[in-house]
Amino acid sequence: MKNIDSISHVSGKSVYVDDIPVLDNTLYALIVPATIAHGVLKKIEYTGDHSDFVRMITASDIPGENQIGSIIPDEELLSSQEIHFMGQAIAIIVAKSLNSAYMIRDEVHVEYDEYKAITDPRVAFNSGNIIGESRKFQCGDIVWADCDTIVSDRVDMGGQEHLYLETHGSYVIPTERGYKVISSTQSPSSVQKMIARVLGISMHLVEVDVNRLGGGFGGKEDQATPIACMAALAVNITDRPVKLILDRIDDLKMTGKRHPYSADYKIGMKSNKIIAYDVIFYQNAGASADLSPAVLERTLFHATNSYYIPNFKATAYSCRTNLPPNTAFRGFGGPQGMFVIEAAIDKLAEKSGIPAYVLQEANLMKNGDKFPYGQITDNLMLTDAWSKIKTIKNVYEEEIEQFNHNNKYFSKGMAIMPITFGISFTNTMMNQGSALVNIYQDGSIGLSTGAVEMGQGVNTRILQALISSFGVSADRVKMETTNTTRAINTSPSAASSTHDLNGWATLDACNQLIRRLEKLLIDEYQAGSVEFINNRVIFNDRSLSWDELIQFAFTKRVDLAAHGYYCTPDIYFDKEKEKGHPFAYYTTGVAIQMATVDIIRGTYKLDKIDIIHDSGRVMNSNLDRGQIEGALAQGLGWMLLEDLQYDDNGRLLSNALSTYKIPDINFMPDIKIEFIGANNPLGLMGSKSIGEPPLMYGIAGYFAVRNAMRNHKNIDMAYKTPLTPERILMGLFS
Amino acid sequence: MLKGTKIGCREGDCGACTVLLGELKNNEVIYKTITSCLTPLGNVNGRHVVTIEGLSHPDNIIQLNMISTGATQCGFCTPGFVVSLTAAAINKQNPVESLDGNICRCTGYNSIKIASQLVFDQLQDTDNLLAKNIVPQYFANIPDRLGDIKFVKNTGTTIIGGGTDLYVQKQRVLLDKQLEFSTHNSDLRYIIPDKDSIRIGAGTTMSEFISNKHISELIDTEQLKLIASTPVRNIATIAGNLVNASPIGDFSVILLALNAKILITNSTKNREISLDEFFVSYKKINLQQDEMIIEIKIPKDTIKFNFEKVSKRMYLDIASVNSACAVYTENNIIRSIRISAGGVYEIPLLLRETAEYMIAKELNEKTFKEACSIAVKEIKPISDVRGSKEYKTLLLQQLIKAHLIQLEGQQ
Repeated sequence: MKNIDSISHVSGKSVYVDDIPVLDNTLYALIVPATIAHGVLKKIEYTGDHSDFVRMITASDIPGENQIGSIIPDEELLSSQEIHFMGQAIAIIVAKSLNSAYMIRDEVHVEYDEYKAITDPRVAFNSGNIIGESRKFQCGDIVWADCDTIVSDRVDMGGQEHLYLETHGSYVIPTERGYKVISSTQSPSSVQKMIARVLGISMHLVEVDVNRLGGGFGGKEDQATPIACMAALAVNITDRPVKLILDRIDDLKMTGKRHPYSADYKIGMKSNKIIAYDVIFYQNAGASADLSPAVLERTLFHATNSYYIPNFKATAYSCRTNLPPNTAFRGFGGPQGMFVIEAAIDKLAEKSGIPAYVLQEANLMKNGDKFPYGQITDNLMLTDAWSKIKTIKNVYEEEIEQFNHNNKYFSKGMAIMPITFGISFTNTMMNQGSALVNIYQDGSIGLSTGAVEMGQGVNTRILQALISSFGVSADRVKMETTNTTRAINTSPSAASSTHDLNGWATLDACNQLIRRLEKLLIDEYQAGSVEFINNRVIFNDRSLSWDELIQFAFTKRVDLAAHGYYCTPDIYFDKEKEKGHPFAYYTTGVAIQMATVDIIRGTYKLDKIDIIHDSGRVMNSNLDRGQIEGALAQGLGWMLLEDLQYDDNGRLLSNALSTYKIPDINFMPDIKIEFIGANNPLGLMGSKSIGEPPLMYGIAGYFAVRNAMRNHKNIDMAYKTPLTPERILMGLFS
Repeated sequence: MLKGTKIGCREGDCGACTVLLGELKNNEVIYKTITSCLTPLGNVNGRHVVTIEGLSHPDNIIQLNMISTGATQCGFCTPGFVVSLTAAAINKQNPVESLDGNICRCTGYNSIKIASQLVFDQLQDTDNLLAKNIVPQYFANIPDRLGDIKFVKNTGTTIIGGGTDLYVQKQRVLLDKQLEFSTHNSDLRYIIPDKDSIRIGAGTTMSEFISNKHISELIDTEQLKLIASTPVRNIATIAGNLVNASPIGDFSVILLALNAKILITNSTKNREISLDEFFVSYKKINLQQDEMIIEIKIPKDTIKFNFEKVSKRMYLDIASVNSACAVYTENNIIRSIRISAGGVYEIPLLLRETAEYMIAKELNEKTFKEACSIAVKEIKPISDVRGSKEYKTLLLQQLIKAHLIQLEGQQ
């Protein structure tokens, strides 16, 4: 099945927040951002007389709590006094037109006392600016004396802007029953909860409705919430509908990104087996906790990537700096954990003279191996994928050797990247989903779930599950908006788990309805076995159309609505011991990437990538390919291209799309994907989740370029991302 | 309501707002993509603007192939891709090249490449885009309808070329200005070869320049596809790129090496200066308030030419350093040479001393190596978001080496 939204997408008819026709009396809001990164707000005023000016809202106008921190309450909606990052909201301008709002905002007068900003996580760490407690995962006993090769180094990873094409936005309408909130959020229930908190009202007075997102990638998991809260606050004060859409410049300036990390490691091996790995992670959390503690935790879960390392210690600190609060981004800390171990293996390879892929293979996780946090692996396809990649590697190697022999000014290289990514929210509580299946008396069906459609195709997958259960065709079903009056207490659409959680919940509802319909057929017709297929129900050598059955059931007073629920079984994690079984299962795969470096110009080209991916039983190859290719692009972009830069005063330098570049059509390599995998009993329809894991194939891009440089000459280059043309050229001449 | 055209960045860098602009020329309408976010309404006066709504059709093979290959995920960028591919089909352009101005954050582009290829395979055997529903039936009447529009030229105090820089920098300021559009003035849109030079009207767009046969006889225009993107080149003018006076302006650097002259007028009298007298200091140009450029002249010298540009992303990015080199040799001895460099000084820079040294030397590695050491004394790069000054210094020398490699290849 193709993505059910694609027809409206290609014709421009798909509706996003900014496309919704506004009510006549709608007002337009803009956020006034702090222009310093650290200090105290002394004065803020608008003394102009613009005829479209309605209100300037500041912290003192908030009727409820001025607090939006979701894990740790350390973030104000509007600054009451302290400024912790440049772009922090200090006021909201409400005006009769958007253009006037911009003109008014330009004339807001703000005075500050400015303090020195911290932007480096190590500086923050050294001055004691830590969010929450440090975390430590360990297993075995590290004995360096047992190792025959030991290396240690520092690794630095840049951040990454989400760059969802649709910027943050919300439209809030006052209604008889409270507030109707249309939001571009991955987490409708968070929006609902925080609006209630900020306005000092109960959650049932806030209805949040999400049609679709023009991309999220984690950027709208937690950070859509303040935007919606500010619009709702403006509604509360003006009693008029308020629209708040961030333009790109504001969105880049005000919102958090993927966390930059710095790390120190020491790794040791004995005859190709890694027997000791000690790593410290310094996460650049930005100015407040946001989701950083959870992101930090996943860095630890994935610090050994796909390798079995018996003696291991990882310590992680979430460091508070004066940058916008960094937040969820596809991979959620996993990529940072994986990049460091890959860098360590690369360095081990360099020192020992043994190719990295030999070390990778020698230490690859097998089914039955235990991760440092205690979970024993099962249903991994790593070794199967690896053996397929090895065949491809031989072809790559031959091509590279020949090319490098014949070219003076260009050099090719390759790298292999295995991935093992745990599927589930690591916060066990969040692993729940719900669905509401309504069958109307004509047989048509409305399906509401807690899943937010943001391009990943979750609605299509859940629809597939429903129609395979009822045996009806897709055109009988409408996927409803995600709405907090129909799907309550939802978990965010995140952690690659959305279709599992909400799909299983949908099947739960379907099963309840099927049991009721079967009972009806047994009661009325003494039906034996009942089968739902091709828009019909078949029993006792006769059949009824689905629509006839439903009409009959309605007349017989059968309840034709069902609420379904699902919570992932058998997962737990003990944060005291840092041990448990946090994941339902693992998605695995292996990729091999080839790249060419231009020795003269320091530029590079990504030639091709082959991916062997374990998707369980593939439930939708079109969507699965899309997820792999899209995640790969983001992973490659993070590793090589996307250069997020702040100056020492906390000012974003890559502050527009003219200075922050993401992959374009020419950047991407040729991509070949082969699916392997077996039925996964915990995945929807036997599949494995695919949203985040393939992003980490992009790590191969970094090492392919690095190896291409190395194939030209010995290099002494710090492990620092992104590996831009500047770093390449300076590396070649270092 | 036409909601399909999306706002993604408002600076011409994402392509979500791409629309078609049709211009009537000799009873035929020429369609090109533009970024509508940088295009004031006045600039489409008398022209046919086509949004995604004007292209959608249940049998449109671009849309059908994008659906079947999964070339759309969140959908926000998709209308822009459909519009760009439509223009590529109309103009028989390489489909992937036509997408150099469109950004997608979801798909990784592979499905889009496959869809594009399928479209072009299906178009191989036909010129009739109406029959294939690439464009709807009403397009057949557009030439007549455009012909019926009485075109009234507007006059104003602020001259806008394509506006692709001005509307990034000063969108709201320009709302209150009286604008005059140089691309509307057919007197300013020409490329005419003379005996000694090629004369280029100031309203000439970058696309018209790049696709012009007289220009491609002089230089390799393939290299110029590294400049901006298809939709930006379709509306941006060469003269506008000069007047914007960015120290890294690609056409400034190219035209400096080509020894271009510019003709300036204040409506009472004209003056001609060499382009290297035009850039005075950072963003300061040799042009008075009441003056405008009306023509650019490129001498028709027998030269070898090369343009180099390195940026973080190869396409649709601003260079860290760019450089152009035009050289005339006899028996491999350099008789004349001009090397320019952008991103290494407060203005687009002509490397005079470097060139002076190279005269009468052999076109070889030794000469270019020495040239590098002189070039680094002529420049004053600063560290910024596009690179450190150390990098820019090294990169310029590398680009000078690249010039040699490329120029030797032309022998």
